[in-house]
Amino acid sequence: MISGGSFCLYAGWIPGQGSAGRTMRTPMEKVLSKILDQHRKEKGSLIALLQRIQDTFGHISEDHVSWFSRQLDIPESRFFGVITFYPKFRTRPIGKNTITVCCGAACHIKGADKLIDSAREALGLSGDEDTTKDLSFTLQKATCIGACNIAPVVILNKQVHSSMDPVKVTQLIKGYEREEFLGYL
Amino acid sequence: MSNLPVEIKVCLGTSGSAAGGEEVLGMFKHHIFEKGIEAQIGRRCSPKKVGCRGFCSRDVLVDVVVDGNKTTYQSVTPIMVERIVQDHIVGGQPIAEWTVREEYASFHEKQYKIVLGPCGEIDPENIDEYIAMQGYLAARKAMTRMTPDDVIDEVIRSGLRGRGGSGFLTGEKWKVCKREDQHPKYIICNVGEVNRPLAEGNPHAIIEGLLIGAYAICAAKGFVYIRERYHMSVERLRIAIEQAREKGFIGPNVFGTGFDFDIEFSFGTEAFICGEETALMESIEGKRAMPRVRPPFPAVQGLWGKPTVINNAETFSNIPIIIGKGGEWYSSIGTGASKGTKVFTLSGKVRNNGLVEIPMGMSFRDIVYGIGGGIEGDKALKAIQVGGPSGGIIPPSMIDLGLDYENLAKVGSIVGSGGMVVFDEDDCIVSVAKFYLEFLQRESCGKCTPCRIGTKRMSELLTRITEGKGEDEDLRTLERLSGVMASTSLCGLGRTAPNPFITSFNHFRDEYLAHIRDRKCPAGVCTALITFSVSEELCKACGICKRVCPTKAISGEPKKVHVIDPDRCIKCGACFRACKFKAIRKQ
Repeated sequence: MISGGSFCLYAGWIPGQGSAGRTMRTPMEKVLSKILDQHRKEKGSLIALLQRIQDTFGHISEDHVSWFSRQLDIPESRFFGVITFYPKFRTRPIGKNTITVCCGAACHIKGADKLIDSAREALGLSGDEDTTKDLSFTLQKATCIGACNIAPVVILNKQVHSSMDPVKVTQLIKGYEREEFLGYL
Repeated sequence: MSNLPVEIKVCLGTSGSAAGGEEVLGMFKHHIFEKGIEAQIGRRCSPKKVGCRGFCSRDVLVDVVVDGNKTTYQSVTPIMVERIVQDHIVGGQPIAEWTVREEYASFHEKQYKIVLGPCGEIDPENIDEYIAMQGYLAARKAMTRMTPDDVIDEVIRSGLRGRGGSGFLTGEKWKVCKREDQHPKYIICNVGEVNRPLAEGNPHAIIEGLLIGAYAICAAKGFVYIRERYHMSVERLRIAIEQAREKGFIGPNVFGTGFDFDIEFSFGTEAFICGEETALMESIEGKRAMPRVRPPFPAVQGLWGKPTVINNAETFSNIPIIIGKGGEWYSSIGTGASKGTKVFTLSGKVRNNGLVEIPMGMSFRDIVYGIGGGIEGDKALKAIQVGGPSGGIIPPSMIDLGLDYENLAKVGSIVGSGGMVVFDEDDCIVSVAKFYLEFLQRESCGKCTPCRIGTKRMSELLTRITEGKGEDEDLRTLERLSGVMASTSLCGLGRTAPNPFITSFNHFRDEYLAHIRDRKCPAGVCTALITFSVSEELCKACGICKRVCPTKAISGEPKKVHVIDPDRCIKCGACFRACKFKAIRKQ
């Protein structure tokens, strides 16, 4: 995933070369420049920048990192150091919808493992895949999300679903795929 | 808060929303405003959202107050709304069968709600309701009539200790930071998972506490550190900060005192280590969240090398109360060196799951059986785990122990940020310890060796034991590792990581030995150590087990006792759950 070459410190670029001096070439660069301008305006941290990249593209690719590394005069290793430390940063593309299963202590003793199994089955994920082939769903695990009193919980996009069981998880996914799920009335 | 004769309060915390609170609130608005009931009862009815009131297992909870008489309905769904409006609000007759049962009263009766009090009463998205209950009065008092040192003395007098885990005296921490002569100083509020309901139910109390803290240590800038995934908490805090800014409670020249203060969000990430204060600062600075070596302590050299105070949201929520009612009053609650109240999320196999606030020193018996209403399904209590993943496991023999900082330290646990998980007889204590160690191993930042390698080895050894491959020697290795980690790890995560093992081994030694010597899991949880078989006396040959078995491991014909083929059985337990005659034995 991460090629050895991209870790070469200060290789092949000139320090201090800002976005202003560059001519726009690709639509991708336009988007990246926009993120960069925003970042400079807010004087945000590296984490905030990575978050913005991920919010825009759904994941952070090697190309993104090397572009920002050149622009900001920060070695790529620092980017990758932060990316690999925090589980929330993704280096692989993400699905349109995300399903997050909480695996905190309370959810665990109430059967979070079984929820993951049923979600994987409903989505047809195999091996270490976490995203469906058509990029419609990504399955994630969370450490405690702090909703222990309604455990076990599953979060579909931003909606928290409480007291889940394997059948409800399957219904949730299948219903959502058909776009006719109305919630548990 | 309001003078309206009719008030409808719909619980819209994370749990209330998950149970369909938005829809319920929408239906109330629909029936009252759009169906013309408003005309019948006049413009005096306000359906509104309130934060979590703790009793989440019966959500959506709705309070209907008619002329001062409050009726609380439980498990409200949108289709129930019309009848509530018709019969109760218009007709004046509460619907008895939908109201809360006695457990709602017993759940609340034994609690002592200072911090959580306003949650569930006021609209968290409306600053006027907070001001109406004397909100921001404490901040005004502190900043106009007290010097920063007075504020710190008052907090010291209250005996308030940090609610985030370490239990350090809040006032003392502030005092150290106040003494520092370096500027700018920073103040950080960490909103952890247990604080979510506070942020959702009464965000202004957190902001006010942060403001008073900033004044006391002379900080010009505050940070609210919160995980982005807590969407609702973030949203409510964002609204609260905006409203406070509009009212001039934060911003330049607060209360005309010349004191400038502003609050900014810093979005945290899904990392347990960020609960450690120096790791949290590294994270705000945009680096890998690895704890720093202390000293220097954050109060001397914290965020960007500047003096920094960091407290959690619950600590800050206590501050306005302490300043408002006085430190003396606050210190009258609790025990010797543990003052005030503590919020816990009571969860696991207890009947009433929910968010509870108890005075320090309350016994576990009162919490589990009084507030919690006992164990689900009247099973036997096995253990209580307090203080989050790195807390300790308390056996039933200690159930009369009072919960405070000293007592928990004595039994090898911590108050932590306030997680409390109850286990019943069906839970295997070795699996529980393994679960926590696996979690801590994943969350270890990897900076220091004892924690990085220790958590890994401990979880490997515990896994071996649950798989029936454990040896007596493993227990000695685990004990040795625990000692090394507890004494040599850099930060609290590593030092407390062995707690789940140490405490469970001390109190449940027999269960560990049963796993190792007898190759048996007494609770029937560890799949490698259990076998399923059919009891010849009880089997009615109904064939249901045969049908539910996913691997076709069960054979049998009508009127013949069924048999499980141990080679094909994957020990999923489907037959055990399906059999109506309890004929499947789990050993």
